[in-house]
Amino acid sequence: MNPELGLDNYSQKGAKTVNITFIDRDGDTFKVAAKVGDTLLDVAKENDIDVEGACGGTLACSTCHLIFEKVDFDKIPETATDEELDLLEMAYGLTDTSRLVCQIDVTDEMEGIVLKIPTETRDARNL
Amino acid sequence: MFSIPIFQNVYITSSRFLVRYTRSLFSDNHYRVGIVGSGPAGFYTAQRLLKLNSNVRVDIIERLPTPFGLVRYGVAPDHPEVKNVITNFTNLLKDTRCRFYGNISVGTDISLSQLFTYYSAIVLAYGADSDRKLEIPGENAKGFLSARRFVGWYNGLPEDVSLDVDLSSQTAVIIGQGNVAIDVARILLTPTEQLEKTDICNHALLALRESKIQRVVLVGRRGPLQVAFTIKELRELLKLKQITTLLTKEDHDFLEPIISTLPRGRKRLIELLYKTSRQSLHTETSNKCLEISYLRSPTIINTNTEGKINSITFEVNKLQDHNSINTKAIGTGVYETIECGIAFRSIGYKSIPILESVPFDNIKHVIPNERGKVTHLDGTLYKGLYCSGWIKRGPVGVIASTMNDAYETAERVHEDLTADTLQSFNTDFKLSDLIPEGHRMVNYTDWSSLDTEEVSRGGESKPREKITSIQEMIRIMNNK
Repeated sequence: MNPELGLDNYSQKGAKTVNITFIDRDGDTFKVAAKVGDTLLDVAKENDIDVEGACGGTLACSTCHLIFEKVDFDKIPETATDEELDLLEMAYGLTDTSRLVCQIDVTDEMEGIVLKIPTETRDARNL
Repeated sequence: MFSIPIFQNVYITSSRFLVRYTRSLFSDNHYRVGIVGSGPAGFYTAQRLLKLNSNVRVDIIERLPTPFGLVRYGVAPDHPEVKNVITNFTNLLKDTRCRFYGNISVGTDISLSQLFTYYSAIVLAYGADSDRKLEIPGENAKGFLSARRFVGWYNGLPEDVSLDVDLSSQTAVIIGQGNVAIDVARILLTPTEQLEKTDICNHALLALRESKIQRVVLVGRRGPLQVAFTIKELRELLKLKQITTLLTKEDHDFLEPIISTLPRGRKRLIELLYKTSRQSLHTETSNKCLEISYLRSPTIINTNTEGKINSITFEVNKLQDHNSINTKAIGTGVYETIECGIAFRSIGYKSIPILESVPFDNIKHVIPNERGKVTHLDGTLYKGLYCSGWIKRGPVGVIASTMNDAYETAERVHEDLTADTLQSFNTDFKLSDLIPEGHRMVNYTDWSSLDTEEVSRGGESKPREKITSIQEMIRIMNNK
């Protein structure tokens, strides 16, 4: 869909991948192979998951905010910097296990993790 | 024409067995959604709607010849990363289901009732075109400016580029302590060698090069606990080597015992303010400074005999409860004056009603709505009319808040489309057919040629040099 994403760069043979699951705004789940070393935002974009990433991963907005399961959250090697925390405070639906995924590289330990796109809390949903 | 429905994407989810069935793009029957305003609210509504419903076509209608609203005319020139979102918005305009119609004022060039004849739904996303006033004597003085218009001035908003900005005095006062106030202060104090590399307009750069301003005072009517700016903007300011931010230690003493009790969003901001106020700043004498001053409400803008601002009188306030975030300022009857040669009102943007037939809440300055669907003042739903962004929830929040808000509106439109309560169409339609001959409408190709020209005028050092006259924009588009 977006030619600028350069799909070919991501299909190099032999690149190590782990399985990651995204749950999108509509509650739909997507299990994807994430290349170790890519950022989680790259992985989402690559797989056409609805993670906005408005500033292009430059740590200037909070639109790549995703929510981790507690156990997965603890697997992220780097804790959030002050700058990331500053932006997270403006994120929508902030939780204790929220991160900006442009700041997180995929590691071997992330096999099987589940990431959720924050949604509004509503009493009733009509789809 | 006949249509063959095809399955574009079908998938099964673990949460519910949802089969998403999408009709062919070339289906006869489709819905048309007109979005009024091409800022983040307009584009994010379009984005979500196009994703949710493959049977929707979207026209984005914009008053100016240029798209992107406050991303182009509001975001500070030294925040280029924030403008990266334009890439995402441009990708939408490349979608055959999404068209841009610039230089069209709804209400003037075309009426809302005309639009309803040709569209299934109309989404109003025209933002906040005005700002809140202080309502004090002297507010119209020469040299007392609206921060919103000053932002428009340095960003090249056609209606603001002729603003009379006199930077020949030493002190500037900004009334208000939000992110716009910080933007204005930063632009006034940043060395122009740095601004030269941004897309700040040349006329503003020239004026700032000649600026004599050394000191900017950011004045708030309440205390440090109630500031409206966000921690990102404060931290950025504190990191700037050429600007010294001055905080009075005594103003922040009371914060220490309460920091730990504050909610997450406030806690780190107040902690940073507190810590900064503890540091003894060794000010480089060459540095320009930004002072943050609290508990002062302006009462009179004082002028010289020529009607030009020379000082502002403030009443000193105390707080009803100074340990509470939501507390009121009460005047003490003590007054003081700050001398200045220029000052800005920066106490918030304000939406205004532009269409007579559309309900408007004159107290909250928003269009009354239910999850983005416009309601009449008696609470009943207005068929086919929606709103999104600042006109819907008020002029607050960052791009992420507008995105979520726009998504909510798009979902609401999609619900009504799915319930088949809105009109569908099976003929092609061009908004241009409704516009009187001789009126220059702007499409995506026109914008692209203007965009290319601006980037080329930016030369080697600037990302672009914006064209600030609508006439010139049109001339360039016509010559391509």
